[in-house]
Amino acid sequence: MSQLLRTSDQAFSDNFNLTHRHRASKFWRLFFQASTVIGIITLTALLINISNGAIGYVAIENKVQPEDLALGGIPLEQLDKNDLIIVLQENISAGLMRQIERETPVTDRSQEEVRALIDEFVIQPTVVQSWTLFTSLLNKSQIIAEVAEEYPAAELKFISWFDGQFLTRPQNNKPDMAGVRTAILGSLWTIGITILVAFPIGVGAAIYLEEYANNNWINQVIRTNINNLAGVPSIIYGILGLAIFVRAMAPLTSGAIFGVGDPTTANGRTLLSAGLTLAILVLPLIIINGQEAIRAVPNSLRQASYGLGATKWQTVWHHVLPSAIPGILTGTILAISRAIGETAPLVVVGASTFIDYDPTSPFSKFTTLPIQIYQWVSRPQAEFRNIAAAAIIVLLALLLSLNAIAILVRNRYSRR
Amino acid sequence: MISVNQVEVGQPSLSTSGSKYAIEARSLNIYYGNFRAVKDVNLTIPRQKISAIIGPSGCGKSTVLRAFNRMNDLVPTAHSAGEVLFHGQNIYAPDIDPVEVRRYIGMVFQKPNPFPKSIYENVAWGARINGFKGNTDELVENALRGAALWDEVKDKLQQSGLSLSGGQQQRLCIARAIAIRPDIILMDEPASALDPIATLKIEELMHDLAQNYTIIVVTHNMQQAARVSDFTAFFTMDEDRAGYLMEYGLTDQIFTNPREKVTEDYITGRFG
Repeated sequence: MSQLLRTSDQAFSDNFNLTHRHRASKFWRLFFQASTVIGIITLTALLINISNGAIGYVAIENKVQPEDLALGGIPLEQLDKNDLIIVLQENISAGLMRQIERETPVTDRSQEEVRALIDEFVIQPTVVQSWTLFTSLLNKSQIIAEVAEEYPAAELKFISWFDGQFLTRPQNNKPDMAGVRTAILGSLWTIGITILVAFPIGVGAAIYLEEYANNNWINQVIRTNINNLAGVPSIIYGILGLAIFVRAMAPLTSGAIFGVGDPTTANGRTLLSAGLTLAILVLPLIIINGQEAIRAVPNSLRQASYGLGATKWQTVWHHVLPSAIPGILTGTILAISRAIGETAPLVVVGASTFIDYDPTSPFSKFTTLPIQIYQWVSRPQAEFRNIAAAAIIVLLALLLSLNAIAILVRNRYSRR
Repeated sequence: MISVNQVEVGQPSLSTSGSKYAIEARSLNIYYGNFRAVKDVNLTIPRQKISAIIGPSGCGKSTVLRAFNRMNDLVPTAHSAGEVLFHGQNIYAPDIDPVEVRRYIGMVFQKPNPFPKSIYENVAWGARINGFKGNTDELVENALRGAALWDEVKDKLQQSGLSLSGGQQQRLCIARAIAIRPDIILMDEPASALDPIATLKIEELMHDLAQNYTIIVVTHNMQQAARVSDFTAFFTMDEDRAGYLMEYGLTDQIFTNPREKVTEDYITGRFG
């Protein structure tokens, strides 16, 4: 390496240790780069793993072939509603027909609905085997041979388990009929209740601790312990929620004291209990982030306000909060992300294992997406793992869109 | 001329007459925790004059200035003993509301600190929270004219106050202070963060403002004190670092014929 000056200064090492210092810089640069790459690889693996489960070949066997249901030589697809009703009547028992009529008379149902009834009760397509995306792509011929040998009557289809109907169908015992509608609504209700409760209380506590509280030992203990609470395992909050909201506050959380709510949930295992449990779970997160955001507001702003004869409340409301709101919302985004993925506390609070009707009020029984995923993954049939993968896609999409809303709101406030 | 003075703001309960002095400190001691920062200050500030407080770093001049509108209340450990009379009334008396004190005794800070709001809102906000009932547009225009800023910002009142240059921001802060029609304006090294031209503008502005307001300015800049002030108070500190008032008098006298040797040494640059 060349030197700028040929003279040497005895007080410093040769060439000022430059070779060694540059080597160290290079090493750390590589280390940081490698960390980033590992992170990206992990995320990619996650996405690939999910798609691997959510897309692939399925072998479907019908109990009755649709071709056999043709009426007067006209295939099922071309029949009008009245003919479809006739097909339905001819192929199911009178008792089942009466039951269907009791729910909604078939004449009042749309053509698609009648067709769906035929699928459900007559054709009864059943997934007999499913394959992951990788197997489907790499061993296509082997799969075809296997189906031909083992399920001669089955039809082989390349499908994505995640489709429009998957979002709108309620829970079902058969994986190819099951959907996440109930779980999505349950998740949205729960998050809504959580944020409505945790946001005002969390921001209020943050304001109190930063702007009003004296710096005495009680408040220091409180501050330290809020930080500790943020690290408490979520299952413990679940047990707390079970004791307080489900048991002790049952008349409130079941809606009994308001005279509403459905009698089967009178024990308090409702959306309200779930939302309140998650609210105390994310409260420390919102408080800590709120405190940091409020602390970051320059003191000169407060002084300017006080110097004009503003009261504490006017200073906080007009200057401190508007400046702190982007940081407060960052905390809220973290809180939403945490709450929407929680499973354990909701299992403890009493999420329903099987529920196929929509929640209608905070006093409804509930299930949420992570609960649904957890239950599907733990079933023995491979098909449930496919819909679990599809449900994970839904959960991620829901999480990202809720965060996007919060980020949009935050950017609106920080543009000043 | 500053016509802001015709504006009615609230019903004053702190009387603004009754003494020939705007501020009178009587054996004022200020402490931060156990540390005495300011010792036994007796000082009378005349009305509608500019009084400068000078002295070496750490001698408590800013602390004394902040004691005059109870800004020290915001420092949790700070407490004071003695009296600060505002038109004859002790602003540290138990029945006095510090919020009301600050409404009469405004403040301009060392670093320009406009609110992250529009120029218009910066000026209007203080008046609005104090229950101003008149024409806000007029008030904003008069205050900005009073701060010699109107011509520069009249076409961009809705722009952020932070979009202005440092000197303009400081004049906006002065406009904000005079918009609520205070009695006294405290200035804590108002030009120390500005370039010489912006500093000159602020100094000219202080001269104009002195026709209607009492101004007390803390400055590190001796030339500035000599240029703008009518009276000068020289603070220094003793061995235990408590600041005290060394000498106070007409600026001309302090700068040409100081009574104390320490004052002369400081002013001539031999120490400090």
